[in-house]
Amino acid sequence: MTSTDRYLDLVNSGVTQKIAKQLGLPRPARLRRAADRRPGAPLVDGPVLVLGDGPDADALAQLLSGTSPDRKGWDLDVRRHAAEGTRFAAVVLALSEVQHPGDLAAPLLALGPVLKTLAPGGRVVSVSRPARPDHAPALAAARQGVDGTVRSVAKELRAGSTANGVVVADDVPVTAPGVLGALRFLLSARSAYVDGQLLAVDSAAGSLPADWDRPLDGRVAVVTGAARGIGAAIAETLARDGATVVAVDVPAAGEALAAVANRVHGTALQLDVTAEDAGARLLEHALTRHGRLDVVVHNAGITRDKLLANMTPDRWEAVLAVNIAAQLRINEALLTSGDLTDAPRIVALASTSGIAGNRGQSNYAASKGGVIGMVQATAPLLAPFGGTANAVAPGFIETDMTARMPTLTRQVARRLSSLQQGGLPVDVAEAVAFLASPPAGGVVGQVLRVCGQNMVGR
Amino acid sequence: MAPTTSGPHGPETPTTRRAVVVGGNRIPFARAGGAYARVSNLDMLTAALDGLVARFGLQDEVLGEVVAGAVLKHSRDFNMTREAVLGSPLSARTPAYDLQQACATGLEAVVSVANKIRLGQVESGVAGGVDSASDVPIAVSEGLRRTLLTLARAKTVPQRLKAAAALRPGDLKPATPRTDEPRTGLSMGEHQALTTAQWGITREAQDEIALTSHQRLAAAYDAGFFDDLVTPYRGLVRDQNLRADTSLEKLAKLKPAFGTRLDTPATMTAGNSTPLTDGASTVLLASDDWAQAHGLTPLAAVVDAETAAVDFVHGEDGLLMAPVFAVPRLLARQGLTLEDLDYVEIHEAFASTVLTTLAAWEDKEFCVTRLGLDDALGTVDRDRLNVHGSSLAAGHPFAATGGRIVATVATALHRRRAELLAAGEDRPVRALVSVCAAGGLGVAAILEAA
Repeated sequence: MTSTDRYLDLVNSGVTQKIAKQLGLPRPARLRRAADRRPGAPLVDGPVLVLGDGPDADALAQLLSGTSPDRKGWDLDVRRHAAEGTRFAAVVLALSEVQHPGDLAAPLLALGPVLKTLAPGGRVVSVSRPARPDHAPALAAARQGVDGTVRSVAKELRAGSTANGVVVADDVPVTAPGVLGALRFLLSARSAYVDGQLLAVDSAAGSLPADWDRPLDGRVAVVTGAARGIGAAIAETLARDGATVVAVDVPAAGEALAAVANRVHGTALQLDVTAEDAGARLLEHALTRHGRLDVVVHNAGITRDKLLANMTPDRWEAVLAVNIAAQLRINEALLTSGDLTDAPRIVALASTSGIAGNRGQSNYAASKGGVIGMVQATAPLLAPFGGTANAVAPGFIETDMTARMPTLTRQVARRLSSLQQGGLPVDVAEAVAFLASPPAGGVVGQVLRVCGQNMVGR
Repeated sequence: MAPTTSGPHGPETPTTRRAVVVGGNRIPFARAGGAYARVSNLDMLTAALDGLVARFGLQDEVLGEVVAGAVLKHSRDFNMTREAVLGSPLSARTPAYDLQQACATGLEAVVSVANKIRLGQVESGVAGGVDSASDVPIAVSEGLRRTLLTLARAKTVPQRLKAAAALRPGDLKPATPRTDEPRTGLSMGEHQALTTAQWGITREAQDEIALTSHQRLAAAYDAGFFDDLVTPYRGLVRDQNLRADTSLEKLAKLKPAFGTRLDTPATMTAGNSTPLTDGASTVLLASDDWAQAHGLTPLAAVVDAETAAVDFVHGEDGLLMAPVFAVPRLLARQGLTLEDLDYVEIHEAFASTVLTTLAAWEDKEFCVTRLGLDDALGTVDRDRLNVHGSSLAAGHPFAATGGRIVATVATALHRRRAELLAAGEDRPVRALVSVCAAGGLGVAAILEAA
């Protein structure tokens, strides 16, 4: 996958690489991406270290190594102790059983030396439990401590390595499908631009796919705004994972939309999502053409940036109409249809602007903050059918939209994350595909940031 | 269809079955020299196919046949439709052939595919057409062509010199394609001007037809009617010729373009005549079984078709009047009258083509003496005529017009039938499609909501 980031290319090749190193300039790495890897490549390129003690740590180690008695494992080279000179590809921090902040010392201090020789594009993934107000203070402190330390590790890692965590609700076993799905996603090359994130798994719902490379086999997915950019990447990634894709965009984008539909062997539906009957038409197309509808990705979105002082009603209303009102209306039509009952998945595109706010984007941020509220409140409505609703919040992604930013602003925006570069549309698409997959059934009403641990917001 | 005795539902034999239109796709039509000025027929036809494949999920599908054609054609495009298939996401194992019947190419392609489906020879097919008035072939003169051929055959230097010496300066002038009638030397517009004068069609009536065409096409676009029929191409989202804001005043200001040398007032202008246009269209047809197996909804059945020709060279009929003869024969064979039609599509080659056609059908003497009817054929309700606009507004890339009309009217039929059923009215909903063509040709077809 080629980058439009010239600086990234320069610091990764030839004489400019040496100069950058000597000058101590930021050196963003080429990320390990699924799209660049040969089919059938292993999940990670090297041994995996599982740190932590207790039944959960043992269960996870067994599962990853393929020695688990009841489930097919992932056949990784799993070690329980860091041996001198071993170059690990990934470290799993099994911290679900910590009782006191003091319990963090052993696993974290063991992690330290390993990081020095972590393979490029390495992964650190913690598995922990959430801190709650009704916990004993020491327990809550230990659990919440994981959050801070994982985010810090993420900021220390270099060479395209990332640190993330899975936060498993107390009543959910660490071997639940949602945990395994999240763990696998975060270890894999699919999570290249996900960094410093703690993803909650709140239920034991979800199912393991027959084939981890095609988790969406037999599923039908609608992707709005699919003609270009992130939407096109989502359509392609869902199709790669086995889904039959209905690619949707406004009629004016029909030519690019047709090309995407043909590329993914799906169907093109020229439809303005703000139309009153958009939900009914989406559903009718999916049902008559493909027999079912399982996944809806609300990706269509627009920006009409202006400082609020200069904001006009048409700019405000257009953004809200496309980015949130249309999603609400479509979801309502789908939910009341009675046709989405087989573990449906709704994935909506939020934005870091909707979390942290962004100057000149009061309208956009209102709509994207709205998306977060929407998925949180929609998830419970889908739970009875094993369904979920989640959001993906992209940070700085290299698209036509960001290509129009002033050069200097764009260069600065790229370096403002732990990975020191912008993400690619496919990085967002991978997160969407994960949330759309059957194993992600335990991830409900969450916001997954794909931002390279951008410095803005939480 | 065999010309046997006709019944109320036509001479159906047990060996035939229904052929249905399941949808269509076209690119917006561009004015000649406009958005597609540098685009070839092959490119446009492939683009229209690409959009059709995307709309209906036909990637890697082996269709029974793809039939299409162009009127203005480069010699290199001898196998244009097959080449378009090979350039499309369809399976390379989908057969294809080119067909050409002047402006009736598109409709004739629909009829051809439908007939093969009805006979059980294929399960599915695409009918289409494309034309570019911008990217036209330019040939060398006859003199230069003959010289070059002689040169190629010459074996010795003296022979070559002799052949080259036969060349005259005038031979270097290229020959551009002409759409004039070869036997009369008159352009189509001049021919229609004669017919217009013959039937006494007024300028006002023609401008009225043009205005309605623009207004209805614009309204259909605004209502999203073409969302499932048109895929934008090369930045063009709607037909480039469409003037949503035109008016009778604006149309009245245009100077006459044809018939200026006749004794009668010249009434035909650029506003009430179709412009030269670039574009392509496709229609997906299938058997009911194939449509069902592919999750596609039949829109309308192709019921029957009739082709006619008039002797415009020696006879008294106008060049574009053949449909006037085809339609009554078609209606009689199907046991139908004009009142049985919910939609009537008469290709607007010129506004006056529509009006002379209607006038002939309303003229008792003409209908009795020339059509062999007992009375006038009747009047076409203007509310049923070209209800989503026609060629005056959309433009007319010759071979692409038939596909445009069939896909449009099939969609209209399907929606009308659904509306009627919702209102508790269960009756056949039918459309007549009529397309005139150069050479005194005309094709008419009847479609019925599936």
